[in-house]
Formats: sequence, structure tokens, C-alpha cells
Amino acid sequence: MRRGRLTPGAVRKWGFIVSFLAVPLAIYIIFFVSPNLQALQLALTNSRGISPDFQYVGLENFTRLFGDDVFWAAVRHHGLILLVMPLVTIAIALFFAFLLNLGGGQKNGQLSGVWGSSFYKVVFFFPQVLAVVIVGVLFQAVLNPQKSGILNSVLGWFGVDPVGWLIKPDLALWTIIGVMVWQGVGFYVVLFSAGMAGVPKEIFEAAALDGANRLTLFFKITLPLVWNTVQVGWVYLGIAAFDAFALVQVLSIDRGGPDNATTVLPLEIFRQTFTYYRFGYASAMGVALVFLVLTFAALTLRVTRRERIEY
Amino acid sequence: MTITPRDITRRQLLARVGLTALVAGPFLSACATGGGGSQEAAPSAAAPSAGGASASANNPFNVKADAPLEVVIFKGGYSDEYATQSHEPLYKKAFPGATIKHQGIQTIGQTLTPRFAGGDVPDVVNNSGTDNLDGGALINAGQLLDLTPLFEAPSVDDPSKKVKDVIVPGTIESGLGGDPAKPYTLNYVYTAYGLWYDAKLFEKEGWTPPKTFDEFKTFAEAAKAKNIVPFGYAGKNASYYAYWMILISAAKIGGNKILLDIDNLADNAWNNDAVKQAAAAWAEIGKYMDPAYEGLIHTEVQTQQNQGKIAFYPSGSWLEAEQAKDTPEGFEYAMVPTPSVTAADQMPYEAIRAAAAEGFIVPSKAKNAAGGLEYLRQMLSKQGARDFTEKTKSLTVVIGATEGLTLSPGLTSVAAAQTAAGTNVVTFSSFEGWYKELETELRKQTNALMFGRISAEEFATKMQEAADKTKADSSIVKQTRNV
Repeated sequence: MRRGRLTPGAVRKWGFIVSFLAVPLAIYIIFFVSPNLQALQLALTNSRGISPDFQYVGLENFTRLFGDDVFWAAVRHHGLILLVMPLVTIAIALFFAFLLNLGGGQKNGQLSGVWGSSFYKVVFFFPQVLAVVIVGVLFQAVLNPQKSGILNSVLGWFGVDPVGWLIKPDLALWTIIGVMVWQGVGFYVVLFSAGMAGVPKEIFEAAALDGANRLTLFFKITLPLVWNTVQVGWVYLGIAAFDAFALVQVLSIDRGGPDNATTVLPLEIFRQTFTYYRFGYASAMGVALVFLVLTFAALTLRVTRRERIEY
Repeated sequence: MTITPRDITRRQLLARVGLTALVAGPFLSACATGGGGSQEAAPSAAAPSAGGASASANNPFNVKADAPLEVVIFKGGYSDEYATQSHEPLYKKAFPGATIKHQGIQTIGQTLTPRFAGGDVPDVVNNSGTDNLDGGALINAGQLLDLTPLFEAPSVDDPSKKVKDVIVPGTIESGLGGDPAKPYTLNYVYTAYGLWYDAKLFEKEGWTPPKTFDEFKTFAEAAKAKNIVPFGYAGKNASYYAYWMILISAAKIGGNKILLDIDNLADNAWNNDAVKQAAAAWAEIGKYMDPAYEGLIHTEVQTQQNQGKIAFYPSGSWLEAEQAKDTPEGFEYAMVPTPSVTAADQMPYEAIRAAAAEGFIVPSKAKNAAGGLEYLRQMLSKQGARDFTEKTKSLTVVIGATEGLTLSPGLTSVAAAQTAAGTNVVTFSSFEGWYKELETELRKQTNALMFGRISAEEFATKMQEAADKTKADSSIVKQTRNV
């Protein structure tokens, strides 16, 4: 077979690849790439979205971003969420995953999870099954600021006055981060469990035989061996930290309040688009958000790069 | 009917274009002074279909008797029975030869936009709901019929009176649009805003609604002693119910000019003493609220009022119907005006805010546009209005149409409040629809004020900053109103 010739073999080979790739690629281009490019285009216009007439205004929308307090409030909130939420989620998920898989000590010479771990695995995964909006609605009841709210009535048994979880401007964002963690932990427990299951048991057993306690086992053996999985989880959670739209929309006071205390970029984009009909400016915010997410993902992958351990 | 707060603002967006609301006519009284109000928007611009040779008092628009009529009704909180069971039969009675095609839908915008684009339009549309048509865009595209001939035509019940004389003054102005402004929309439903309470509870406790803010505070202490929260609203999604009250109070102190200045983005409109005094007065009452209310939505707070936990709730005249399912036996809704703030208020205690909504339009390219106008004329008959009130538990703009009807307690109190108000009507705020950025800021600052995070002074300063920012923003299209 000579190169560049359409021999039956080449047709079969390339036809096979193309036929598999064409449809997903087309869908990807039509529904993902092209809208993103259009957003970039719209970000340079003063489009209001309800008329085909608009003018190109250059970078005006982006300079406007610099003077927009609400935009910066949202960026700050993403920063805080990004600092706290992935770290807490991963810490809790790793802890649970370790307990579920290796934390139960030796049984018949084999390391196993704590008692009932297969049951817990299913329970931990529950929040992941629920749509985010349902989680939001659920937590509306849990975080209800009145005495009758679920959390507040539990606190009430201990004589604690009702807490305005989402009402206090300095508490509201932390509350929302808490809900995000609650919702995220289950998935990462399962993810890390799978990672730990992929590590040969002999390594743990050898360490255990050498007298490593659980703490050493976790930090010296388990964590380095599932580091790749943790890294993936970190990127996922980081990207999730730039979202939070549904939870803030459902839970927060006056959508993003009180006093902008919980607002996030996707919510502001939504508001600019569907309340103010500023499609151009909203697109500029969207472009800013994309760059934030990309920067984060690139940085994370670079910073957390490590030698791969082969086994 | 169930109106969520957002529906209301969307509806206002359409309905509130330049409303004067110089309401002069009491609703129930037969000797309504409806003819007294002077209306500017009534030039005798002859429409193509009006004033023909064979036009008569019974058929002022010269409708072809057998021409089919197509009606599209927004089937929302009011449903569409008022059309199918009353208005359409009334038309049919006048023109027995006509066939009527009826469509009751919720997505007016999505359904009709392509039809407007294609030129195949219905003859009458109730353009309401969240998904309504963009009225301004239709006007600019010349798609709507100027309704002046309708308002100049003889009324159904008394041909010696014109239609404009049998409806509450301010109605026509509420439907003005375009440049030069012409009445393109007939806003049919009448809404009043004030403080709502349970008349039975007040009777039992021997309370009377306060007429001044001093009395309001005395009352608040009395209510507190009975473990009832004197006033409450929902901060999570309905803070504008509270800012309506602040704006109404500001207008009562300083006159409607205060609200016109705010709409027109006049310099220091928010820094006016009237605004500050109103904000301070309401913030005092806000102190009696349960802080948890900031985290609740309107239905939760309304239900608490139904349970007797809250004395006063700020809302409009849809409240009674909205809460009908949750209202317990022995709870009797009633509405009173907001209390006076100072002894030197420009408007008396009785002044209320009232406005027309639920817009009806006739497309200019309709095949039977004359029939469309005639349909609206029939709607504005006493019979049509009465039937509407009976079916929807809501008042219409038709004066004296509720005679002989047994009104619900809430509507009775609204009608009484309107009679008492006479010409003292607090005008609308058009900025809510014009400048959404400013409105969003007002919601935010209202919660901050009412739940004690900022002072009235800071409230005024922050709102003035937001208004200045809106004014300076060249990308926001500015609008003005004179009345």
C-alpha cells in the first residue's frame, strides 16, 4: 500500500475512524465550539439580544468589567470557594474513602474497610444522584431561618437561637460552600475508593507488616498512590467552584444577596442576560469566566504534576 | 389566581409605560365622576375602520356582521373563562352571524411572534404573562392598532357617553406607547396597593389600622405584646413589596413629583427629604420584623399572616385571590392605605396607589381589526366587566360595574379605599420596567434598610449613586414621563 492512495484498506481504516468521529465532532462543534466563538463575538458588541441590529464596540464591555463592583464581588467569591470547597471536599472524601477501603484493619490477613462500608458507599453516593436544584430545595428546608427550620430546630434542642444561615451577609457564602461540600463529597468518596481499589493490596499489606500505623499508611502510602485521582478530583472541583449557579439561585436571598454576599459569575451573567438584556456585556463576563476557569485548570495541572508510580 | 412576584413585575413592565393614574372615579358609586378627568390622549385621529358612513352607536367601528373574529387570551391566573363564557358571547349577541375562533394559551410571545412576522395575526390579543410579546417592539414595527377610536366611541351601556368616560381615568394613559405616544394597549384589570390585614383579628383584638406612623408604632407595641409581628414581608424574593410601600410613603409626603423625579433620573431625586423620611419611617417598623423573614419567600410570609402571626402585609389587590386556598375560616382580608408620615404630608392618609394592568391589544394587520375594537368595547360594557369580576375576583377599569355584585371582603375594602381616595392617587414607578439595574439595586438596599443593616440616610445615598450610574450609562436608553 502506497501512501496517499485510496486503497480499499485505507478506505476501510479511515472510513472506520471518520464514521466514528464525524458525528460527535460535528455535535461538539455545533453545540460547543460555535456558541463559544459566538459569545466571543457578542462580547465585542452592544447586542441586547432582542434585535438583529447591534454595533461592535471593541473592548468597551471588558473595560466596563473593571469598574463593576458586582463583578469583582463575584470574582472574590469564586476565589474563596476555590480555596475552601475543593480542599474540604477532598479531605473529607479521602478520609471516608480510606475508612471505607482500608481503615478497618486486617481481617484474615487482608486490609478491609470499616464495618458496614459497602452500605455507606451507597449512602454517600445519594447526594450525587439528586439534581443540584433538588439539593437546593432540600436545603431550603434544612437552612430555613425560622425556629422551625430543620437545622435550627436541632440546634434549638441545645438551646441555640435560630441562626440566619443564608441571611447574615458574613455567613451566607460559607453556608453555600457547606452545601456544595455536602453535595460533592459522595462522588469523590466513590472516585477515591476506585483509585484505592486500583492499588495492589500487597503494597498496603507490606507496609502494615512493617508496622505502619493507619496515619502513616494514609499519608505515606495511600495518598501518593491515588495522587492522580486526587488531581483529577481537584480539577473537577475547581471547575465546579466557578459554577455554583443553581445553589445560589435557589438558596440565596434576592438571588446573590444579601448585599451581593453570595453572588457568583454565572448568576451575574444570567442576570445581565435575562433581566437587563445586555447580551454583549453578559458575553464579556462569560469570556472572563472562561479565562478564569482555563487559567485555573492549566495552573493546577502544572503545579500538581508528579512522577507517576508504576505498579 | 396565583401570581408570583416575578409575573407581576413582568406584567408591570408592559403596563406601566407612563401611567398618570389621575384616578378620579370611585368604583362602586353610581354617581362616579368619571367624566371629570381630563385626558390628553384622546385626539380625534380617525382610524380607517371608524367613522364610516354606516357606523352607528351600535356598530361604531362599522364591523362586518359576518366577519369571523379570532381572539387569543392569556390563560393565566384569571383563566380564560371570562372570554369564552362572557365576552365572546356578548360579541356574538351583537353580531350573531360572526364565528369566533378562541385560543387560550400561556406562551403568548412564542406562539404569536411568528404569526406577527408572517402577517397572519389574530384580531384581539390579551398580551399578558411572563412570556408576553414585547409591546414596545411591536409598536415600533407598526404592528399595533391605535386604540383612540375605541376610547372615542360611544359606550355600550349609554351611547351618549364615550368609552373613555365610563372607564377609570388613567387607564388610557397606562396603555400609552410609542413616539408620539398613543394608546395601543387597553389595560383592563384594576389593582390597588396597600397594607393587608385580617379584619376579624383586628375586630377580636379591638385594634384599628393606624393612620399615622406614630400610631403605627403604638400599634406595633400592642401587637408585639400579643406575640403578633406587626408587619412583615418576604426578603428572599419579594423585597419590592416593601419598596412599593416606601415609595408610596415618599409620594404621600412630597407628592407624585417625587416619583416622577425618580423615574426621570432627576438629580438628587433619591436624596429628597421625602424619600429619606419615608425610608426612616419604614425602617422603624422593620425593626419589629422577625429577621428570619429575609430568608422567606412571599407565600411563606403570606401563609404566616393567614395563621395569625403577622398583622400587616404589603401587597396588591390580587392577594386575596392568591391566598384563597390557604385562607382559613374566619380570616377576612381587608386593605388600608399606608399611614401618613408627617402632619405636613402633601397627600392625605386616604391616598392609595392604584393602577391598571392585563393589557389587551388589536394588531394593526388584523383581518377584522374593527371586530377587535368592537370586542374591546363589549369587554368595557358593564355586563362584560361584571362577569369578569365574578369569574376572576378582580376589579376592572369599568366604573360602576360591580353594582349589585356581592364582592369578597377584600375587594369590598379595596373599593371602599378607592372611593375614599378619590383623586388622591399615588402614581406608578416606571423605572421598575425602564431601568432594571436600578430596580435590582433598590431590592437589595430595601432589604438592607428594612432588616437594619443600613440607615435611611445610607439608603438614599446608595440609591442616588445607583441612579447616577444609570443616568451616566450611555448604553441604557433613557425615558421620561411628565404625568
